[in-house]
Amino acid sequence: MSHDKLIRMANQIASFFKTQPGRDQAERVAAHLKDFWGPEMRAALKDQAKSHEAELDDLVRRALPLI
Amino acid sequence: MKDFIIPWGDDRDMGTPAKQGAAVSLMIDGFEVTVPEGTSVMRAAAIAGIAVPKLCASDNLEAFGSCRLCVVEIEGRRGTPASCTTPVAAGMVVKTQSEQVKRIRKGVMELYISDHPLDCLTCSANGDCELQDMAGVVGLRDQRFEAPEGGMRTHFAARDTSGIANPEWIAKDDSNPYFTYDPAKCIVCNRCVRACEEVQGTFALTIEGRGFESRVSAGGVGDDFMASDCVSCGACVQACPTATLQEKSVIALGTPTRSVITTCAYCGVGCSFKAELNGDELVRMTPYKHGAANRGHSCVKGRFAYGYATHSDRILKPMIRETIDQPWREVSWEEALGFASAKMRGIQAKYGRKSVGVITSSRCTNEETYLVQKLTRAVFLNNNTDTCARVCHSPTGYGLGQTFGTSAGTQNFDSVAEADVVVVIGANPTDGHPVFASRLKKRLRAGAKLIVIDPRRIDLVKTPHIEAAHHLALRPGTNVAVVTALAHVIVTEGLFDEGFIRTRCDWDEFQEYVEFISDVRHSPEMTEILTGVAAEELRAAARLYAKGGNGAIYYGLGVTEHSQGSTTVMAIANLAMMTGNIGREGVGVNPLRGQNNVQGSCDMGSFPHELPGYRHVKGAEVRAIFEGAWGVTIDPEPGLRIPNMLDAAVSGQFKGLYCQGEDILQSDPDTRHVAAGLAAMECVIVHDLFLNETANYAHVFLPGSTFLEKDGTFTNAERRINRVRKVMAPRNGYADWEITQMLANAMLEAEGRPLWHYTHPSQIMEEIAATTPGFANVDYAMLEEKGSVQWPCNDANPEGSPIMHVDGFVRGKGRFIVTEYIATEERTGPRFPLLLTTGRILSQYNVGAQTRRTENTIWHSEDVLEIHPHDAEVRGVKEGDWVKLGSRSGETSLRAHLTDRVSPGVVYTTFHHPTTQANVITTDFSDWATNCPEYKVTAVQVGLSNGPTDWQESYEEQARLSRRILPAAE
Ligand code: SF4
Ligand code: SF4
Ligand code: SF4
Ligand code: FES
Repeated sequence: MSHDKLIRMANQIASFFKTQPGRDQAERVAAHLKDFWGPEMRAALKDQAKSHEAELDDLVRRALPLI
Repeated sequence: MKDFIIPWGDDRDMGTPAKQGAAVSLMIDGFEVTVPEGTSVMRAAAIAGIAVPKLCASDNLEAFGSCRLCVVEIEGRRGTPASCTTPVAAGMVVKTQSEQVKRIRKGVMELYISDHPLDCLTCSANGDCELQDMAGVVGLRDQRFEAPEGGMRTHFAARDTSGIANPEWIAKDDSNPYFTYDPAKCIVCNRCVRACEEVQGTFALTIEGRGFESRVSAGGVGDDFMASDCVSCGACVQACPTATLQEKSVIALGTPTRSVITTCAYCGVGCSFKAELNGDELVRMTPYKHGAANRGHSCVKGRFAYGYATHSDRILKPMIRETIDQPWREVSWEEALGFASAKMRGIQAKYGRKSVGVITSSRCTNEETYLVQKLTRAVFLNNNTDTCARVCHSPTGYGLGQTFGTSAGTQNFDSVAEADVVVVIGANPTDGHPVFASRLKKRLRAGAKLIVIDPRRIDLVKTPHIEAAHHLALRPGTNVAVVTALAHVIVTEGLFDEGFIRTRCDWDEFQEYVEFISDVRHSPEMTEILTGVAAEELRAAARLYAKGGNGAIYYGLGVTEHSQGSTTVMAIANLAMMTGNIGREGVGVNPLRGQNNVQGSCDMGSFPHELPGYRHVKGAEVRAIFEGAWGVTIDPEPGLRIPNMLDAAVSGQFKGLYCQGEDILQSDPDTRHVAAGLAAMECVIVHDLFLNETANYAHVFLPGSTFLEKDGTFTNAERRINRVRKVMAPRNGYADWEITQMLANAMLEAEGRPLWHYTHPSQIMEEIAATTPGFANVDYAMLEEKGSVQWPCNDANPEGSPIMHVDGFVRGKGRFIVTEYIATEERTGPRFPLLLTTGRILSQYNVGAQTRRTENTIWHSEDVLEIHPHDAEVRGVKEGDWVKLGSRSGETSLRAHLTDRVSPGVVYTTFHHPTTQANVITTDFSDWATNCPEYKVTAVQVGLSNGPTDWQESYEEQARLSRRILPAAE
């Protein structure tokens, strides 16, 4: 899957959880990704994140190790 | 299982509507009867089993008292009162038959008959005419009126007795495709007029003139039915006691002799119908009066638009082809299934277990949907299942799941009769959910207030005898800002229901929410520039909803199909919780579901992350239930959703798809991307009634059956499980559940695994009940007995659950969620300065595959672009011009319609016709949580054009080529 799409979708998820109260936003982004994205999509995201680090929302970056 | 029984209760006409009130006892013809206060003497007699003759009364209309056929004698009262308009009183003694009333009735009938053509034997209503029945009941044997000198004036003779053209005679109006109006047979009983007003709420009919001159008239002088406001719901036709308003199908085919109760297969209202037949020929569909969703009403689609079932385009034989540039080859079922099974197994062997998947249908039954997701989970052994509900209500699932704990509307439709303030957000009920709209309008006419939140001035905003208190005409894409601003007003003005929040929700979470929502950035004054909604109007709407009594919210795809669709659903849930509008009659949060079985397809585990009953596949205990039932190991990781399947196909990992009853190529956004995904697959199996657009890319076509040809259940938007009954044998040979089973078995057999052995859908429902707690007590015997039931239906709720969250939320405490507005990335700019939003209209359904194959096309033969006159003027566009509509995804052409129903800056179209391909325009942006596509906001440009675009023409050509079918080999 094209990287811009996966990264856009992940950033979009982060944009919601960023607005949520509490300190566990990264955990919640990770939980959402695990609940709704299959392992292949998560792996692809991790993979693409390596070469497109700059495009990632900070929250996605923090969530990645948790998925 | 007996399929041809008519269950539960009789459907006699009791004369006047049921009432509620204290018990009153009276004597009728020597029998004691006890009825609620306010009941008419006529109804009380009917309850006692005595049918008082009547013509102008019908139990779905308020009594009118015009025909005087229903007169009775009441002890101690003078004269002969009309039983339909006389309420019962305690101790009343009624005689329904006496010399005097018999004489009066005969006289009444004689007068009617003197102005009625006596061609009963050849009349289309012969055997189904109340005038005929009443003439029999009163014993009318002759009619003594004689023509006076110079000829008698009647309404029915084209020429009077002296041979001169009769000015009173009016020719038959057959402008409507489904029924005729023959004024010659009208007895001016007013039932049609009242049905149009009271039942349908359209007010298309009036009685013109007085006395002998009076006539039923549709619209203004000289209008026929088609030119009037009539929406062809058929309520007047059903109400008419004579052949004056008559179904054309009955005229052509004769009166039906048998009937089967079943459920409409169009929208999420889920109306119950009596399918009336001769042999296996369907003569007409009559809404069933005991149908709990529709209470005897219907719309044009359910009542009339069933002709697609016998349309010549229907494919009745399985077909296959190696590649999609080849013509189709008709083959036996065995060969088609063997071919499909070998292909799918080959793909899995080569590309892995997860390289194939299914798409379930929201048009098919629960049982069929359950089997399709079982096919992927238990035969393909992955979780790659999704449904078209993805593209409409997946945010409802997520949003209501997060806040309330379950993904479903909270009310039954009856509840709207108790609402005081109704908020309609991003829905267009008069077009999308017409029978619900009629019920809503009835309540609004009785005084409930209406708030409409929609970019377009939908019909409900102003319609006869109804005017919205507030129409918040927001800019597309700003739902979250508007709903959050409503909450801001309610919280900061102290209009919330503290008692409810303290007992039913998490108070601490609410405190966090208050801190968020009170910020001035959410105030209507601050959001006004963004949303285009005037602050004062928004404040007034918020106050009305919070303090106007029972507040009920109904919403549609205008809420969900946005990049923040899930957030809006949560914002709506917040509103209901903070005002205590949850858990009783007249309130609630109600998604209006698009297709007939959207609710059911979601319930049945169609989503890749959920097993039936909304239970995540990661739960080991849940998997264990199904692993036990199916004897397989279930993948604990979520599978692919439709957009993910297509993406994976384009990048080469997803190769095989079984798609039942859906047309993703036409219905899903960004057509070119969908086409690229489908074209990249090695085996696409389309299981449908017609060679739909998706089938252009298919290798196997399995012909489907219509809802008339199979047994099963649909679950409507109120969680009501309704029976679908087989009315006739499947023309393609098999019901859809059988076909899925045959495909599964073809694969299982090749792999040497145990086969499926269902012989009736009731067995599938047994499996659903055994595995899914909300359905635990549902079975076909119960549905036979009760007619329908609303889930959850289990030991805790043995009678089902008309209203949810009564004593507590499904998740325990209701949860307030912070809903920050985040603008969609889809923005207008110099290249694409307008916002396109999409929707649908009454006479067509979804991608139109069915309705386009009926006479409904007379109302909507093409998709048009609604554009505000200002936007049109600056572009030099005039009414009816061909315009090019372009977005960054693609462009298409269609005709323009200038209207101020849309605001400047906003354009609107429907997506019912494949040649328009509105989805060439829509983009691949989607809801953050669920990937529900953002159909409702696309930045576009509009300009004059001289006809269809090259894409449209090449698409048509490609579609034509891919639909070729080789003549069958002898
Ligand atoms: S078909 Fe429906 S809308 Fe049309 S006139 Fe009859 S009742 Fe009214
Ligand atoms: S058209 Fe039928 S229902 Fe209407 S007034 Fe005439 S007879 Fe009565
Ligand atoms: S389309 Fe909807 S409203 Fe119309 S008859 Fe069918 S279920 Fe009822
Ligand atoms: S039925 Fe009572 S007056 Fe017509």
